[in-house]
Amino acid sequence: MNPPPTYDVAVIGGGIVGAAIARLLGGTSLSTVLIEGRDDVGDGTSKANTAILHTGFDATPGTLESELVARGYRLLGDYAAATGIPVERTGALLVAWDDEQLAALPGLRAKAEKNGYRECELVGADEVYRRVPDLGEGALGGLTVPGESIICTWTTNLALATDAVTRGVTLLRGHRLSAVRETGSLTLLSFENGAEVGARWVVNAAGLGADTIDKLYGYDRFTVTPRRGELLVFDKLARPMVPLIVLPVPSKVGKGVLVSPTIYGNVMLGPTAEDLRDRTATGTSAEGFAFLRSKGEALMPALLQEEVTASYAGLRAAIDRNDYLIDLDVHRRYLLVGGIRSTGLTAGMAIAEHVAELLKEVLDLSARPDLPPPPRMPNLGEAFTRPYQDAAAIEADPAYGQIVCFCERVTRGEIRDALASPIPPVDVDGLRRRTRAMNGRCQGFYCGAEVCALLENGVA
Amino acid sequence: MNEHVQVLVIGGGPAGLSAAAALAPHAEVLVLDRERAMGGIPRHSDHPGYGMRDLHRFLSGPAYARRLTGLAATAGARLETEAMVTGWAGDRAAEVTSPRGRRTITADAVVLATGARERPRPARLIPGDRPDGVYTTGQLQNLVHLHHKPVGKRAVVIGSELVSWSAVLTLREAGCRTVLMTSSYDRPEAYAAFHGPGRVALRVPVRTGTRVVAIHGKGRVTGVDIEDMATGRRRRVACDTVITTGDWIPDHELARLAGLTIDPGTLGPRVDAALRTSHPGVFAAGNLLHPVDTADVAALDGRHVTRAVLDHLAGSTDARLPGVTVVADAPLSWVAPQVVAPGGAGPSRGRFLAWSSAYQRLPTVIAVQDGRMVGSVRVAWPAAPGRVFRIPFTVVRGADPAGGPVHLRLAGAEKSSPGLR
Ligand SMILES: Cc1cc2nc3c(=O)[nH]c(=O)nc-3n(C[C@H](O)[C@H](O)[C@H](O)COP(=O)(O)OP(=O)(O)OC[C@H]3O[C@@H](n4cnc5c(N)ncnc54)[C@H](O)[C@@H]3O)c2cc1C
Ligand SMILES: Cc1cc2nc3c(=O)[nH]c(=O)nc-3n(C[C@H](O)[C@H](O)[C@H](O)COP(=O)(O)OP(=O)(O)OC[C@H]3O[C@@H](n4cnc5c(N)ncnc54)[C@H](O)[C@@H]3O)c2cc1C
Repeated sequence: MNPPPTYDVAVIGGGIVGAAIARLLGGTSLSTVLIEGRDDVGDGTSKANTAILHTGFDATPGTLESELVARGYRLLGDYAAATGIPVERTGALLVAWDDEQLAALPGLRAKAEKNGYRECELVGADEVYRRVPDLGEGALGGLTVPGESIICTWTTNLALATDAVTRGVTLLRGHRLSAVRETGSLTLLSFENGAEVGARWVVNAAGLGADTIDKLYGYDRFTVTPRRGELLVFDKLARPMVPLIVLPVPSKVGKGVLVSPTIYGNVMLGPTAEDLRDRTATGTSAEGFAFLRSKGEALMPALLQEEVTASYAGLRAAIDRNDYLIDLDVHRRYLLVGGIRSTGLTAGMAIAEHVAELLKEVLDLSARPDLPPPPRMPNLGEAFTRPYQDAAAIEADPAYGQIVCFCERVTRGEIRDALASPIPPVDVDGLRRRTRAMNGRCQGFYCGAEVCALLENGVA
Repeated sequence: MNEHVQVLVIGGGPAGLSAAAALAPHAEVLVLDRERAMGGIPRHSDHPGYGMRDLHRFLSGPAYARRLTGLAATAGARLETEAMVTGWAGDRAAEVTSPRGRRTITADAVVLATGARERPRPARLIPGDRPDGVYTTGQLQNLVHLHHKPVGKRAVVIGSELVSWSAVLTLREAGCRTVLMTSSYDRPEAYAAFHGPGRVALRVPVRTGTRVVAIHGKGRVTGVDIEDMATGRRRRVACDTVITTGDWIPDHELARLAGLTIDPGTLGPRVDAALRTSHPGVFAAGNLLHPVDTADVAALDGRHVTRAVLDHLAGSTDARLPGVTVVADAPLSWVAPQVVAPGGAGPSRGRFLAWSSAYQRLPTVIAVQDGRMVGSVRVAWPAAPGRVFRIPFTVVRGADPAGGPVHLRLAGAEKSSPGLR
């Protein structure tokens, strides 16, 4: 039997965190492999979150999380501009609905300042309704967070992974790690599909699966509790009602439910927060829907009159401590990135930098000359020009004028491009994340059959 | 790119094509449809049952679609496929994307005929896993009839409207057995029309008073949980396919983006008996106005709208939505049109279209205005959930043109059991 392919570093987990780490390592002269257990990158928690680019105003001051969220906010903001990941700088407004919440606002502003964020402003009820006229009755006041923004989490994950691949990182999808064997200077990784890979260093960025892998190394230091967050996505016709992110005031009972515009031009209501055991429980529940509808009824009754376009659930990788758990075991050449709970989309690139800080003591991470430029990603943002609106693009290539998914206005040209991209989709969900096809109000009533045929047969 | 036409028809289904066929001898007409072929939903509804009232023929959906397309073309209308109106650049100025380019088309008159769709699973808030194998009837028929794809082997069909039986036929043709049909009503919606023969011919068990409360399966559907709405008892039904049928909503995006007044009952644009909307020069026809009726009725709407469009082109200053407002009282959930002149011309076919959430065998409809009964008519057909209930226009003839809203009610509705538990 041939010896397994061997790399300097193996990164386990193709979510935002693993992809950001692999991209960074891809910029050095080390050989790197990015390994994802599912059939696609970005198919875990990184695909199902509230997709807010956080300033970190409400983090716990002094934690690693607070530092990395604030830094990640700037890093990802710049990277988005360079690669075309859509970001809308909507800003957020925390709204107080009772006296206790109202009284908490100045403290939140002080906390934001401790986190290095100085732009929050207290506003009265009049100003709250001026900014969000459709808000339900009873708002007493608010706190503005002008920097909070909405972003496309799918494109973020895909851009980082694509960048890694164009920088020479090997990507293995459908490789679920099941065993680890340490042999001298090499760690042998075995996968459920029977494949094996050798690596000198291993980075565990497996999100919900990080504790399981940690245990493969014989550690017993933390347990991931999947904390389910269910969300409802409302029709695009509701978008004008929600000009910015409306946040609840965090209280003892948790963070509460927000209403936010999405980068695709919809409105999102959620998430719930419910601790579960099953790490695959990404289904939705009747109780979750009822809870969200009752919250929505109070927050914005007019919103509930609109159609629901989609519902989904994401699992936060909560751990039994109040911060990220990032630890390097030099002797075993193993690095754990754990407990990236509810801020990893924003912090991912800063987490990668932090990981590099730790690794550079033991590995040569100096940048390789002549790196390829970062990828230019297709725009999925509703606020920016899409191919169907672009007369010049259609004239040059009529496939951009052939709308296949009517609700989301996705053209044949975009589907063709996705299928020919460095990390092509392997199923409908992957195509949805790369193009928005079938994500609209009809959910495939009109286009489902056509989109599936293009995926199966390719676009001639 | 800019272009001007006299009449722009948006949507080339039965309503749009029939409007175009009737208008084209008198005016310059352009019909846009976003699909690759004209014809609307009948294109992929491959079973007989089309064309009775408008063409006096009994055709399959695709044959009907071809026929209406031919009639519109022969009458001189320009038909353009793969051309989608994505928004408005101003009053009666449509933004259009097609492989031929991005352009703005202005028109003297616009006819909206964008149809209706079934609410898919998320809009119905059915919780559970999100596996493959859950389709609307529209997607199912696209898969089977236009793409010749297999579906599963065991299907649960949610809903038992007319369209639900259409789904059962398609499933059977694709080699998939319908193991259960559920209805949240206490009678199958299409009771009078289809249930008896349907049940016998297709051997489909129908469970009334039942709703689907969860879908299971990781990759592919493995089953659904159904709940008896009276007892709350739940049961797992194994299946690999789930079809969500009916539960229609108009494709009203363009109507809403244009700022037309929307009727809270139909969720389509509010229209008068001549099918004028709240905006001068903007008209509407078909299932956009009444989700949903059969295709021939949509087609007859298309013919009916001609008069108002030609009047508008001739420069008559159309008084906007004159007349009295018509309101549907429970168990009627909507009525169309919503504005009529009691002494004036009636709606298409001289009938209001309405939707009932309760079954009554031969109901009497009464019209009440300002607390006074102004009309009453006993009809010779049932009011049944899941299909349109037709009400003769004569019921409002006695209303005061200057009075308040006219409420349409089913006599004795207070006493009859509400169908929806
Ligand atoms: C409801 C909700 C809302 C959120 N909102 C926000 C927000 O607004 N802003 C924000 O910044 N963050 C938010 N987050 C957090 C953010 O989504 C996560 O922190 C981030 O996605 C974590 O990325 P990750 O790469 O660590 O994990 P993941 O995306 O889960 O990636 C881990 C990957 O590892 C793979 N894997 C696991 N085990 C194995 C194995 N044995 N072998 C191979 N591969 C394996 C998985 O398949 C997965 O793809 C939210 C989270 C949730 C749940
Ligand atoms: C499964 C099923 C079975 C049925 N069976 C029967 C039957 O047996 N007999 C019967 O009489 N009726 C039947 N019907 C009902 C019948 O199909 C409809 O009544 C009829 O199609 C309505 O016609 P329409 O013109 O209003 O809308 P549609 O047929 O829906 O046509 C609307 C058209 O508008 C186009 N459009 C929408 N938006 C835009 C835009 N922005 N730009 C460009 N084009 C646009 C669409 O592509 C579509 O072609 C059935 C329906 C279904 C779903």
